[in-house]
Amino acid sequence: MTQKIIVIGAGMASGRMLEHLFDANADVAVTLFNAEPRGNYNRIMLSPVLAGDQTYQDIVTHDDDWYADNKVITRFGEKIVAIDREAKTVTADNGDVLAYDKLVFGTGSNPFMIPLPGHDLEGVIAYRDLEDTERMMGLEAGQKAVVIGGGLLGLEAAAGMAARGVDVTVVHIMGHLMERQLDEAAGYLLRKALIDKGITVKCAANSKEILGEDGKVKALLLDDGTELPCDLLVMAVGIRPNVALAQEAGLMVGKGIHVDDQMLTSDADVLAVGECVEHDGALFGLVAPLYDQAKVAAQTLMGEEAAFVQKELSTKLKVTGCDLFSAGDFAEADGREDIVFRDPARGVYKRLVIEENRVVGAVFYGDTADSNWFFGLIKDKTDISDMRDTLIFGPAYQGGDALDPMAAVAALPLDAEICGCNGICKGQIVEAIEAGATDLGAVRATTKASASCGTCTGLVEQVLAVTLGDDFQMPAAEPMCGCTDLTHEDVRRLIKSQELKSMAAVMQELGWKTSCGCAKCRPALNYYLLADWPVEYQDDPQSRFINERKHANIQKDGTFSVVPRMWGGITTPDELRAIADAADKYEVPTVKVTGGQRIDLLGVKGEDLPDIWADLNAAGMVSGHAYSKGLRTVKTCVGTDHCRFGTQDSTGLGIKLEKDLWGSWTPHKLKLGVSGCPRNCAEATCKDIGIVCVDSGYQVSIGGAAGMEVKETKLLIQVANEEEVMEVVRAVTQLYREGAKYLDRIWKWMDKVGLDWIKEQIEDLEIRKAAAARFDLSQSIYRRDPWADHVKEKADTYKPMKEIRLEAAE
Amino acid sequence: MSEWIDVGALDDIAPRGARLVKTPLGCVAVFRTYEDEVFALDNACPHKKGPLAEGIVHGKSVTCPLHNWVISLETGQAQGADEGSVATYPARVEDGRIWLERSFLQMRTAAE
Repeated sequence: MTQKIIVIGAGMASGRMLEHLFDANADVAVTLFNAEPRGNYNRIMLSPVLAGDQTYQDIVTHDDDWYADNKVITRFGEKIVAIDREAKTVTADNGDVLAYDKLVFGTGSNPFMIPLPGHDLEGVIAYRDLEDTERMMGLEAGQKAVVIGGGLLGLEAAAGMAARGVDVTVVHIMGHLMERQLDEAAGYLLRKALIDKGITVKCAANSKEILGEDGKVKALLLDDGTELPCDLLVMAVGIRPNVALAQEAGLMVGKGIHVDDQMLTSDADVLAVGECVEHDGALFGLVAPLYDQAKVAAQTLMGEEAAFVQKELSTKLKVTGCDLFSAGDFAEADGREDIVFRDPARGVYKRLVIEENRVVGAVFYGDTADSNWFFGLIKDKTDISDMRDTLIFGPAYQGGDALDPMAAVAALPLDAEICGCNGICKGQIVEAIEAGATDLGAVRATTKASASCGTCTGLVEQVLAVTLGDDFQMPAAEPMCGCTDLTHEDVRRLIKSQELKSMAAVMQELGWKTSCGCAKCRPALNYYLLADWPVEYQDDPQSRFINERKHANIQKDGTFSVVPRMWGGITTPDELRAIADAADKYEVPTVKVTGGQRIDLLGVKGEDLPDIWADLNAAGMVSGHAYSKGLRTVKTCVGTDHCRFGTQDSTGLGIKLEKDLWGSWTPHKLKLGVSGCPRNCAEATCKDIGIVCVDSGYQVSIGGAAGMEVKETKLLIQVANEEEVMEVVRAVTQLYREGAKYLDRIWKWMDKVGLDWIKEQIEDLEIRKAAAARFDLSQSIYRRDPWADHVKEKADTYKPMKEIRLEAAE
Repeated sequence: MSEWIDVGALDDIAPRGARLVKTPLGCVAVFRTYEDEVFALDNACPHKKGPLAEGIVHGKSVTCPLHNWVISLETGQAQGADEGSVATYPARVEDGRIWLERSFLQMRTAAE
């Protein structure tokens, strides 16, 4: 006997349910009510419609013909006003009473409107249906819109309007965007991308009142007093299941209409699907579980066994140019570990959350190509212990034996990108090799692969090896030391990607073969950790060479040399007197003027160090770090102060630079010079960073050296004022700090990454400012006088722990 | 008959660190490893008399700060290709105190 089914709501869930019924040729007669004056359309594609990428016609799921073919009686634009479950009838708003065998709720959800003063003004809308979309599409370029809510829907609305030239501001109450789907780092990248699209983003912003004029919205007022003028205000702060009718009908209702695994409500003849239901305490807003529910509901109606099971969900944001994916659970918790990959230059962020060797959550930004594969790992609860090392690089790296990187490279398709900086694929490299480029240098010269940041060098070599077979001699990667097989580059990369923040973590996670490292790896690790995690990592003095542990240079007889800082080489009679007094008091055998324009007190006994420092501190002097892999000196000439050729205040700039950079740790020593004119009396062009003043500004050049190798600097950039010099120097120092191998001077790092790459970073104002800001963050911790600290905190450790006199000895 | 001398608390020395005990004849370097073992050696590298107490302590070895010779804390022998040795003296920890066997006062070689 034909089953009479009445469906309330023509949404995506109920529509899918009907498809299943008709596909199975179920013997049903369906009447479909819908409050909206239209049938089922793909609501999640409203954003592309808003953005102008699609039209309403494109997103219609069921047209009139479909309903007619399936003999569905459509009552669009009509509401159900009452349900009599005893009599099994519904009453339509025109008074018609219709009988059913089975009733299906697909009433969906209502947008939640924050009851702010003014929320009922004309021009305050939600983002829910075609009407809302059309309102937004009605705005003209240059008009203003405010979106309250930085979640998925709010951002799609904002991006869609912005694409139409509307001046959009997003107001979000939380600290970062899409906080339910994204962690803070991905939220940050997303925010940056939206700002690039011209959207203003205000996070941690509380709305106070909607201001109007003649009954129409005029502006949004925030509680900090900011007024955001707008012609349209879109509230996209969330949805609430539409349960009013079910409640009136006496069905069990919590946050949504309660359903069991068969999608039956508390009445066995009434089902519910979609956003209006509550199943096992959960509500549903994404499309995948709604489709699952639809299928189960159809099977239940046909008398088949079926059960709805909640599954992991994933989200993709449909905003052009913002590649974003999130799935599973990525809250931090005990027993959870993160694998993180960042490529700031490409704006790529990938984070996997691992629990008991399974991926439980994933957040990708900027590169979501492999997201389905990762989503599969989450859904299938795959054990990833065997591929953990290369997991974050995606399926292409898991080919064959996961532990053999060569197999992984061999398995890569020809269109797999090898060099991200230059956009070079494996195929282009293979072509170049086949055309005669048979070593790294030749590949680099012909394709530019690995010629920029250099991090893909290993991959390029592997492509060479795979392509040439035995003809290619793979350069042996030199391990950091005997404690590990990993290279410095590997270790630096893994410290960042696995967020290893302590020496113990590095040695544990990277499988160190010794209990506590050795004199080669420990200073390098200590440097990498403090450079990458300035806030989190605690400097480890026991892993520093004696000079940096005791903040003085050890001499061949075990005594030390003491060099107080003289900013820019400028001193005063008082400082000179204090130095002379100290030299007398501690019987310093040698006093020498250094090449860095300061004074070296040589031959100080180790146990006297805290005392001589205290004396020098009292005269206003601090450590000159003459012993450090860090900022040493900024050599200057007298510039415009006295010199008849000087073009700028080179001395003043040198002092500013030294005061800004001192205390910073770098992969190797860092010496600067500032010359007031191209005569270059400060010898700036053989310093790590040299500044030569010219009439029109400042030439900043890098990569000089006058040690075992003599190198002339290469021009990085010319800038117009001192502020820019400071920013460029801080930024390039930070890039060097973050990227170089320990004990590589700037010129060596420059040889590896290429001057062009460094130039690109520095010329990009955003990258430059971000790098300078990271430098400032580190300096907020490290820019302090270690001498004063040691005098105060550990002067005792400079003395013998015990002194045994002759009497006691006998 | 051996006699032991209390030279200070274990916590006076940082883990993977060293301190000196000064005697009329010169200094003994007392090392503390990552595992809290203690060792006492002449504070003079067999190579060029570098002050071993200023070196980096790793495992049961110390690397001399002057020219990177690695000296075994257990035997005083130079490791790897280098040849030479320094005197070692019995040392132990008891109740958080470090004790050196008094032989270190007589057996000292000419180290400074």
